[in-house]
Amino acid sequence: MRVVVTALILFLLWLLMSGIYKPMIIGFGAVASIVAVYVGQRMDRADGDRVALLLSPLKFLGYLGWLMIEIAKSNIAVTRTILTQKMPIRQNLFRVPSCQRSELAQVIFANSITLTPGTITVETEENDFWVHAVSFSEDDHEALADMGARVAAIEPGGAA
Amino acid sequence: MTLLVDILSWILIVGGSFFTVVGAIGTVRFPDFWSRLHAVSVADSGGMLLLIAGMCLQGGFTLVTVKLILIGIFLFITGPTATHAVANAALVTGLRPRVARDIEAVELPPYSDVPDPRG
Repeated sequence: MRVVVTALILFLLWLLMSGIYKPMIIGFGAVASIVAVYVGQRMDRADGDRVALLLSPLKFLGYLGWLMIEIAKSNIAVTRTILTQKMPIRQNLFRVPSCQRSELAQVIFANSITLTPGTITVETEENDFWVHAVSFSEDDHEALADMGARVAAIEPGGAA
Repeated sequence: MTLLVDILSWILIVGGSFFTVVGAIGTVRFPDFWSRLHAVSVADSGGMLLLIAGMCLQGGFTLVTVKLILIGIFLFITGPTATHAVANAALVTGLRPRVARDIEAVELPPYSDVPDPRG
């Protein structure tokens, strides 16, 4: 069942990507998706790890919207830093606790930090990230803790 | 209607180009490796998103838009991952960020026993 659905999704992706709907091209697509699934099955024998989707989709979309606003805000902040004559740079490397339980949520949190200009996740440890900020202010600790709590909330069973 | 879409997409595309140029200016103006990384991330988050959104509006409801959205999702994930890889490589090989003078380090960053290659 899972195999058939995977093949169908791959074939759909092919149709979206190609845009040329002649019988031969569509045939290529069908063969390609079947071969891809077959190769995937063979690899499964070595690594039977199933990837479960450990996020609640609706909350994730809400988080994405919030993240876009944050990206816009920090883009403007860094742009201002770049274009002002004096360039108020205040670099700092500091530790940020990550309270997410699953690895996926930790990756989302780390990538969200890097995605907002002005902060970059430099190193990850068991329960902490090392974050480099270009114009550091003491409020950054609080802002990043807030972002971490929001990422923890999109995990199922996370606090609202 | 087409005029409205055109105006909106032009605003997005010009905005995206602006952020991309600002990223380039920042790369030149900023003093060292670590701050330059931040300048580039202006171009590849804000600039990339606005440019792709503007091009989607130009594309309308076509396969081109689907491809643009897929490209956007892909860059949205790989961009920060690549930035992290570069920053992490710099830290591991011993390149220390210059911490501002008025900030007192509470604890040393990891790998602080690796000598700074700049001496």
